[in-house]
Amino acid sequence: MSGVRVLVGTRKGAFILTSDGKRQKWDVAGPYFAGWEIYHVKGSPADPNRLYASQTSGWFGQIIQRSNDAGRTWEQPGTKPGEPTTTPEGMPKGESNKFVYDTSPKTGKPLTTHQWYDGTQHPWEFKRVWHLEPSINDPDTVYAGVEDAALFRTTDGGQSWHELAGLRGHGTGPQWSPGAGGMGLHTIVLDKNNQNRMFVAISAAGAFRTEDGGKNWKPINQGLRSQYIPDPKAEVGHCVHRIAMHPSKPNVLFMQKHWDVMRTDNAGDLWKEVSGNLPTDFGFVIDVHAHEPETVYVVPIKSDGEHFPPDGKLRVYRSKTGGNEWEPLTRGLPQQNCYVNVLRDAMAVDSLDKCGIYFGTTGGQVYASADAGDSWSPIVRDLPPVLSVEVQTLS
Amino acid sequence: MIRVTLPYHLRTLARVGEEVTLAVSDPVTLSSVLDALEARYPMLAGTVRDHYTQQRRPFLRFFACGEDLSLETLDYRLPDAVVSGAEPFMIIGAIAGG
Repeated sequence: MSGVRVLVGTRKGAFILTSDGKRQKWDVAGPYFAGWEIYHVKGSPADPNRLYASQTSGWFGQIIQRSNDAGRTWEQPGTKPGEPTTTPEGMPKGESNKFVYDTSPKTGKPLTTHQWYDGTQHPWEFKRVWHLEPSINDPDTVYAGVEDAALFRTTDGGQSWHELAGLRGHGTGPQWSPGAGGMGLHTIVLDKNNQNRMFVAISAAGAFRTEDGGKNWKPINQGLRSQYIPDPKAEVGHCVHRIAMHPSKPNVLFMQKHWDVMRTDNAGDLWKEVSGNLPTDFGFVIDVHAHEPETVYVVPIKSDGEHFPPDGKLRVYRSKTGGNEWEPLTRGLPQQNCYVNVLRDAMAVDSLDKCGIYFGTTGGQVYASADAGDSWSPIVRDLPPVLSVEVQTLS
Repeated sequence: MIRVTLPYHLRTLARVGEEVTLAVSDPVTLSSVLDALEARYPMLAGTVRDHYTQQRRPFLRFFACGEDLSLETLDYRLPDAVVSGAEPFMIIGAIAGG
């Protein structure tokens, strides 16, 4: 019997929504970690019961949580191999929230600085984990995209984290700068056909690709145009909001940029705009149908100054042609007086037939479509503002 | 034993009540109490003071015996009433946010 588990991170806790393959009736569990911001929850493709959560707080900093039983119980990983799992008093050990940036091996000083809002150089300062991307093959290996932007990896189930410093250190770091929401590495795309290839995206630095498992990185931003960057050949600086890929076409990426919906057919070497007939090409989320690699979904948002749907109508737009030709999907979505936003990590798809599409809003709704977007209904309506939505398809 | 009062979210994280007690050898300073707290409850490491800088997190404050000790240096010796256990050492979260 197939089923679906939807993992929802919100401003005030995590929620787990489950259904059978019909996706009509839902059980809602949570809040987990009530009162904490849960930036992201994601399951391991190699072990669906292994979940990771980024729990964060302006007061108490970063926490990493792990579940080995599909979210029923959670722990902070942190025990070294061979050591007892608890302190002598019976408490779980943990240093799983320790994210320390690499320093220069030559000087021992910070690897690089980045551009601050006033144009001066500023040191990297860890703030939180935005995105957790478990390895496709190993439940103990997870990549973490953090603010200030960097990529970390654990290979021991979240007990310890180490920076893949080639990303910050490849040379363009001093040109990276924070957007209004901070300087976060928010997108990590793994290529299941090539474990050495990975894509990441950073606001506001752009997109980057590695072909050697994270040692060396290349900016992949040619073809992007941003009003605030006069140089059309600029290597970095673009505010990329999200990148999506279909696993069967790893050279084809779709991007929702600050403004513009983009596409590349050569793994990011050159992008072209595919905004086409969208009512606005500003937005945050973008995702690809599980079975149709040229079917793409976005949620247009009015503008960078007005983060809500145009005309108060919440519409998902679908292109079945890989961009340029878009159709509004409105059945079951509010078509008046709707002024929510859909944040960059808050859309996901399942791999059932028909493909299910899910997204969460800053108004606390999580909408689901069990027919590839033709019709929608809310699973829940009144959660705290939704930060992230991930889906596990269960067999 | 040193009594330490924790804010709500750190209590839930450590799965303890409002107050914990810690054995801390002399001299009892801000630093030695925080060291003992993190050793007994490792899941709190990094939550009261930054992992890297060891500085108090900006939205947390330290109080004891009616005094704000937040700006004292880490080698500040806590009052006798805290050392004797008559008064708690209090870690308090700033009242802010929504």
